[in-house]
Amino acid sequence: MELRDFQNRNINPGYIFFEGETKPTNGWESFKRVFKRSIKGELFVGLWIVFREMIRFDIHTVQYPAEKLEMSPRYRAIHKLLRLFESGSERCIGCGLCEKICISKCIRMDTHVDEKSRKVVSEYTINFGRCIFCGYCAEVCPELAIVHGNEYENASEQRAHFGLKEDMLTPLDEFKAKKQQEFPGFGALSDHANETVKQTPLAY
Amino acid sequence: MSEILITIDGKQCVATEGEYVLNVARRNGIFIPALCYVTNCSPTLACRLCLVEVDEKRAYSCNARAKEGMSVITKSEEIEKERRAIMEIYDINHPLECGVCDQSGECDLQNYTLEMGVDSQRHCIPDTPRPTKNWGFIHYDASLCIVCERCVTVCKDMIGDAALKTVPRGGAELPKEWKDKTEKDAYAMWNKLQKSIIGVASGAQTLDCTFCGECTAVCPVGALVGSDFQYKSNAWELKKIPASNPHSSDCSLLYYDVKHTSIKDDKPKIYRVSSDQNYAPLHGAARYGYDFENVVEGKDSTAFTKAILLLEARVDTIAFDSYITNEEAFILQKLKEKFGYRLVNEDASTYQQFLKAFSQTSGSNLYSGDLKTVSQSNFVVSFGSALKTDSPNAGYAMNNALGMNKGAGLYFHPVADPIVSGYSKNLLSITHKVGAEEAIAYLLLNLFGNKEEMPKELLMDVDALLSIIGMEADFSEKLEKLLEKKDSFSLIVGEDVYKHPKAENIAQLLGLIERFTPFKVVIIPSKTNTLGVSLICDLDAQRGEYTLGYNVKGDFTLSALLGKGDLAMPALNQQEGTFTSMNKRVVPTNAALSFKGYCLNDLANALGLEAEWTIDYTKELPSDKGFEAREFDSLPNTFDNSGFENRGYLLRPLTFTCKDCVEPLSEVENFGEEVVYQANPVLQFSAFTNQAHQLCEAGALYASAEFLEHKNLKDGDMVHITNEEGDKLVIAIKLDPHTAGLIPYLPTFDTKIDVTPFFKDGYRFAKLTIKGVNHE
Repeated sequence: MELRDFQNRNINPGYIFFEGETKPTNGWESFKRVFKRSIKGELFVGLWIVFREMIRFDIHTVQYPAEKLEMSPRYRAIHKLLRLFESGSERCIGCGLCEKICISKCIRMDTHVDEKSRKVVSEYTINFGRCIFCGYCAEVCPELAIVHGNEYENASEQRAHFGLKEDMLTPLDEFKAKKQQEFPGFGALSDHANETVKQTPLAY
Repeated sequence: MSEILITIDGKQCVATEGEYVLNVARRNGIFIPALCYVTNCSPTLACRLCLVEVDEKRAYSCNARAKEGMSVITKSEEIEKERRAIMEIYDINHPLECGVCDQSGECDLQNYTLEMGVDSQRHCIPDTPRPTKNWGFIHYDASLCIVCERCVTVCKDMIGDAALKTVPRGGAELPKEWKDKTEKDAYAMWNKLQKSIIGVASGAQTLDCTFCGECTAVCPVGALVGSDFQYKSNAWELKKIPASNPHSSDCSLLYYDVKHTSIKDDKPKIYRVSSDQNYAPLHGAARYGYDFENVVEGKDSTAFTKAILLLEARVDTIAFDSYITNEEAFILQKLKEKFGYRLVNEDASTYQQFLKAFSQTSGSNLYSGDLKTVSQSNFVVSFGSALKTDSPNAGYAMNNALGMNKGAGLYFHPVADPIVSGYSKNLLSITHKVGAEEAIAYLLLNLFGNKEEMPKELLMDVDALLSIIGMEADFSEKLEKLLEKKDSFSLIVGEDVYKHPKAENIAQLLGLIERFTPFKVVIIPSKTNTLGVSLICDLDAQRGEYTLGYNVKGDFTLSALLGKGDLAMPALNQQEGTFTSMNKRVVPTNAALSFKGYCLNDLANALGLEAEWTIDYTKELPSDKGFEAREFDSLPNTFDNSGFENRGYLLRPLTFTCKDCVEPLSEVENFGEEVVYQANPVLQFSAFTNQAHQLCEAGALYASAEFLEHKNLKDGDMVHITNEEGDKLVIAIKLDPHTAGLIPYLPTFDTKIDVTPFFKDGYRFAKLTIKGVNHE
């Protein structure tokens, strides 16, 4: 699709317009409609279809929990904190932009200076009781450190069980097993990012 | 200086002749960008952003002086192009670490880069490795530094330490090819930027100064930050609570920057103190001594009931110190009026008597000067105050006057102070005999007084006075040189003289100095609210049989110090109220942190006074003492763009008829060789400053290197101090590199060391014997 297609406000082709049935205007017409609907037996039509598909064994339902759907990269589930592919150290630099942009004010972090005089994030939490999964944090993150995962099975005694840094950060063994995936959703660089950025000269 | 009219961007602006155009523009709400200029300091011309057109010629508004009828244009295509080029140069090799930088969000480099719309870079040059430096309280990240020299300027022109300077960076020469490709001013700025970096002026490895931290306050980028604050919080998360310096009587405007303690702990915590660095310098204790709050779990009702019972039945005296607000002082005064308690506050009562004697001869209950008149004068004299430690802000004002107004001055003190002596080469430091302050007052009166109007009995032979004070005979010649072209005079007097054996006479002489010489006098209140307490309370000299102490030891003690006393009280960063500053201004302070216990108002209410809040008393402060009937919430606490101190209100001075009854000069007591001074080291004022986590230290006998050598002692040795009455103290001796001479000093900030027996009559100098403790 091109931009022109989006700008075309003529939506007629491809759509079927449904006028709706005329509404009863008096008591007699209302009575007629109730009678007609009751006698028609639509319930049995539906039951017949279910029964037909069952005996044909042509079932389209996903067999959850045995079978799971592949989520879209843009799906916004419980967050993840990623590690740098090169070194395995945490990507988060503690800039606080996610904390600032969060519209439900559910992100908090504690930072301090470490012995190598770098800024480190000692603790990072998201209060999932308040999070609305809008995705702003992932979008604003300059390091692509906080991203949305696609883990939708969030059953636990407490929501807080997902919200600490240790819960969200890629575990080191998983990282070493090269299981960490780059996040392609909101905030990730587009494929043609190099073309859109003006490079600083490095001619020396 | 006459008033003139100049035109800036078509707007008629009133200016003083010779004033900098930038200041005129700022006062009139016209924006001119500037990175390197600090108000009240000399222009450095480092950034060149304040480029304007004056009568169609290029000029820099920070050092262009206003002339009658001059026309200034602050914006044109050419100027904007130049400014954009300058910002582009500043962004070369500036680390892209805004994400972690402490200044991000309040960074001038960020702001101006966006303001000038720099979105791309044309220049490139190899970066020079610039290591970070840890200078104690101050952290210097050289790679973030844009060498605007604000820190160097403020340290020299405002603070007086002159501890910083620009040093060579050791980078490559700027390739010549850039000269043609870059705008003129931007290239000149770049050339300088490429060559220099900030370093320690003395050339030492680490910074050795009085650690006021003003350099970190003026730094427009994240290069200079407080070590303790580094990487703890982003600027935008902190809530600024306006307050006044609780540790000393300058009561400078400061902000407590507050945020929740951590993820686990939602209670507010003070992360740092920030200031309005263009207008109000802060000393180190105000900047680093912020977390002296008193923490209690809840209301201790048993202790409270006990206090009430005692107040109703047994207490006949309330003893307190001057680290309280005007409102609390007023509550105490009301309690006195209602129940007849004696109010004992030695420090305020001394000051009260001194001001009373002063008003007899000056005709006013208040002195005429303040820190602003000091910094605007061009001849400043100080005696009776160890400026650097007693009242750093008075020292800053003096240094500012010496540096900015081509001023000169005299600093009289028995303890030599290399920092104060280093303010200016036109400051004559006179290390005089102990106890000669009365003679100094006579000297000033005789040197500067109007001989025709002055009472004849005051006239004395100057040479005789000089020898009494212990000064050299060539003083008169030196003074004559210093006095060339001087027309506005300030005199700063400090707490040494309030308990001088001849204090009353010195006060009267000061009154005469105010009347018969051109000096504007400042009599520094010794503690935060000494002036306020001395105006509000009727103080008694002697304690009765049962004393309730408030922040001082009593039979029952209310204390704002953590874990001290029988009933906990809120500290000054947990209280709202007003202070009366040395500028004779009633300034508001707000509570940065909450306090869960009882406050003085609760006690007063239980005793029958009625006020919901302590600040309900603000409007009731005695108007016959010069206070105004104003609600606390109506008191402003800001500086406006012209630098006007729009804080609280000024006390109204009361006038009296003069009654001169000055005594003749009495002989100076010979203190002999071994004298000890009572003073606190730099950054310490009271037990409250010592409670702050960054300032906490153990008190010692502080001495100069000269003294240690003279006594054959080392830093850290234990010494034995005794006086004639047989009082003893064993204490460590500590080297203070910022004093000289043979008079060491004993501090009062450490509650574990009781020095009161040695200074019984209150005078700050005492004859003591010091011996090294023999360990063999």
